[in-house]
Amino acid sequence: MLGHRIKPVPYFIRAEIMKFRIALLLSVSLLGFLPVATQAADAQEFMLKNGMKVIVKEDHRAPTVAHMIWYKAGSMDEHNGTTGVAHALEHMMFKGTRTLKPGEFSQRVAALGGRENAFTSKDYTGYYQQIEKSKLEKVMALEADRMANLVLDKEEFSREIRVVMEERRWRTEDQPIPLVYEALNATAFIAHPYHHPIAGWMSDLQNMTVQDAKAWYERWYAPNNAVMVVTGDVDAKQVLALAEKHFGKIPRKAVPVTKPQEEPPQRGIRRVTVKAPAENPYVVLAFKVPALRDVEKDDESHALDVLAAILDGYDNARLNAKLVRTDRVANSAGAGYANIARGPVLFLLDGTPAAGTTTEQLEKLLRAEVTRIANEGVSEQELKRVKAQLIAGQIYKRDSIFGQAMEIGTMEMAGLSHTKIDRIIDKLKGVTAEQVKAVAQKYFGDDALTVATLVPLPITEKKAPAAPKGLRH
Amino acid sequence: MKRLLLAFLFTFVSAGPAGAALKIQSWTLANGAKVLFVENHTIPVLDISVEFDAGSRRDPKGKAGAAELTNAMLARGVRESTTPYAEPAMTEAQISDAIADVAAQRGGGAGGDRAGASLRTLSSRAERDASITLLSRILAHPSFPDNFLERDKARMISAIKEDETKPESIANKAFWRLLYGSHPYSQYPTVPSVEAVTRDDLVAFHAAHYVANRAVIAMIGDITRTEAEAIAQQLTARLPQGAPLPSMPLVEAVPATEERIPHPATQAHLLTGMPAIVRGDPDYFPLIVGNYSLGGGGFVSRLTREVRDKRGLSYSVYSYFNPMAQPGPFTAGLQTQKEQTDEALKVVRDTVAAFLRDGPTPQELKAAKDNLIGGFALRIDNNRKILDNIAAIGFYNLPLDYLDTWTAKVEKVTIADVKEAFQRKLALDKMSTVIVGNAK
Repeated sequence: MLGHRIKPVPYFIRAEIMKFRIALLLSVSLLGFLPVATQAADAQEFMLKNGMKVIVKEDHRAPTVAHMIWYKAGSMDEHNGTTGVAHALEHMMFKGTRTLKPGEFSQRVAALGGRENAFTSKDYTGYYQQIEKSKLEKVMALEADRMANLVLDKEEFSREIRVVMEERRWRTEDQPIPLVYEALNATAFIAHPYHHPIAGWMSDLQNMTVQDAKAWYERWYAPNNAVMVVTGDVDAKQVLALAEKHFGKIPRKAVPVTKPQEEPPQRGIRRVTVKAPAENPYVVLAFKVPALRDVEKDDESHALDVLAAILDGYDNARLNAKLVRTDRVANSAGAGYANIARGPVLFLLDGTPAAGTTTEQLEKLLRAEVTRIANEGVSEQELKRVKAQLIAGQIYKRDSIFGQAMEIGTMEMAGLSHTKIDRIIDKLKGVTAEQVKAVAQKYFGDDALTVATLVPLPITEKKAPAAPKGLRH
Repeated sequence: MKRLLLAFLFTFVSAGPAGAALKIQSWTLANGAKVLFVENHTIPVLDISVEFDAGSRRDPKGKAGAAELTNAMLARGVRESTTPYAEPAMTEAQISDAIADVAAQRGGGAGGDRAGASLRTLSSRAERDASITLLSRILAHPSFPDNFLERDKARMISAIKEDETKPESIANKAFWRLLYGSHPYSQYPTVPSVEAVTRDDLVAFHAAHYVANRAVIAMIGDITRTEAEAIAQQLTARLPQGAPLPSMPLVEAVPATEERIPHPATQAHLLTGMPAIVRGDPDYFPLIVGNYSLGGGGFVSRLTREVRDKRGLSYSVYSYFNPMAQPGPFTAGLQTQKEQTDEALKVVRDTVAAFLRDGPTPQELKAAKDNLIGGFALRIDNNRKILDNIAAIGFYNLPLDYLDTWTAKVEKVTIADVKEAFQRKLALDKMSTVIVGNAK
């Protein structure tokens, strides 16, 4: 929520500088002093007969629309040997249907003046277009077409999988921090599929076939496993009519249920080290903590969210103020808690030590800040500051219809209704200093902690031979 | 990387709005500050930026990084002052907390040409007044505390060293160095150049560049014209008048070179290009229309088709023009598995050569115009995008109807226009190339 700068970065079909921040909160209940006319409309939700959910949020500030189709199928639904297939299929979604040639999807969106992209995460795969409002039906027809009529050609696949491997090299293999996160997840999660990277292991990509992609498409791409989100200058009823027209005829499928694969309790600290060409060392601490499953009941999750904001929710929040600015033991320090997910979640503390400090020392110093809150609590002033930003954040995010659509989709994919977005804000506003102190005391021991450390290698040194990646821990 | 990001940002910004009813009001204050304002009451938010000719091209010789450090340190503390208002000193922590208390968001930074600060605030009176006062003081009265300078220099040096391990940053720095010879655009902060920066340098740089008569204020949001006028006054009341800045050296043609830098990464990073275009150049529209077909149009560009779709050589391949105050670069780039670097470079050069020779096909020209014109509404559909646009219009002295005439100017471009503009601005034998990761 506030200042959670450590976020899993989804994989995109296309490289672009995407600066959107997925603010996890969306508001309709505004501050009392605002004139009524500036209040945003509620999002409206519909269900097509084939089980496809349609969520529309009208926003008439500008004549544009964000149109998204989210599929509840991400890397956590993959199996060993074909990791990365969710992302590979996402790439293939641009490679033609029974009526469109490879690349024609993008040509048509571009000719409409649209911007488009797609993203794959652990929990879901999403596709979107941003367009002038009169073009909505055309992009909707295109999305409906590829939901049902994708053609997976062997030759196209063999070329595209090379692109996917280049993407993995670019985003992970050659990037020290992403390598650390890959090792962290593979260490923290043993049984749960969050163990595997979104991109998939390189060996799985090298051995992937068009049949793997086909099986994935047939298994998961169905209207009853999808949510449409439309925000912008539209009429909700008209959007529903268009959705009926284009998606209503696509038959429902029996969609498999991914088994829970619950992560067994961790019984002691785990450590993993990554050596990679870099200048500065880096350390990240991951504590297993509760996710947000029930907005009304999961008060500990809300308290952890506020704790993260107190540690790292604004410029002068505790970690930056103490470790970077005052004591100068770190060049950067942060906290992150992304509590909205289908699977288990982690509370992260991370940092780059300043010259003269080791990662071992920084690890202790980061934990000491949580301990300080566990012992002494937080001040009312800090709580107030964090909450002021929550409230303002609800207003600021209304500047972007795209951001609002992302927020709705993220909630829905995690099994939380978008209608709960406001309730999350209410619950966060109600978090007390005692609750923050209590979670700081409860969840930050050794037993459920995983620590991943980057050991920098000089770039002149020859790279260590690539170890089989699944065995990193 | 900084430059690369700014390049993208500025390229997109340059392609601003038209057609739509975006009313930009503009006026100049008695102190010389220029104001651009869009009134918009749809959300209770106000966005402001204040920019100066204080980018890195103004770095003192041998002290690359001074512009960036000056900008980064604006909010590290403000000094006590007596004129025009009696105001106490504030520490960095006090400034940060005061901004957080009113839930404002402070931004800004230093690019090649411009540097400044931005603010997003609630438009309600109390929050707005408090945050704007803070912004005014940060711009005018930074105290540049010595101990924080040491800390910020250490952090910057650490970041530079980190960058020196990353193939993308290495390539980017080498690219600007090859293209710009002795011109300040070729300079980037190094460990010695940052170490050489003193507090006196920052004080002098700030005094010379953060001045009322060269301030460009852009505002969009939930305030009236009368309020905007008062805010513009408030933002610049504390700023001094500055003496004229020395004129910049010209960007001179530098012989094309190819530099290969070894690196252990699995992928090679390749950049090729040359200095090409200033802001406001009449070739701008033919160039952006043409570049859409060459390498700007994402999935539908020639470079993507040749390099990615046909050969699977790269995930990301692109080209763009980055118009600046002085001729900014044309850049084409990609990353690819090392072993296929030469193949990829050849495809890029052949693709650029063919485009220079023939220009776009009629179908390509139509596709480019359809996208640029049809997508125009997306360039101005929120406050942030509009702020970026009007800030650029103000700083680069683009006409106030720039956005209104934008689609018409795109529409007018012909194949001959594209061909001629590309041939005027680019030549394959003048393009320099950097490859990081495949030394041979």
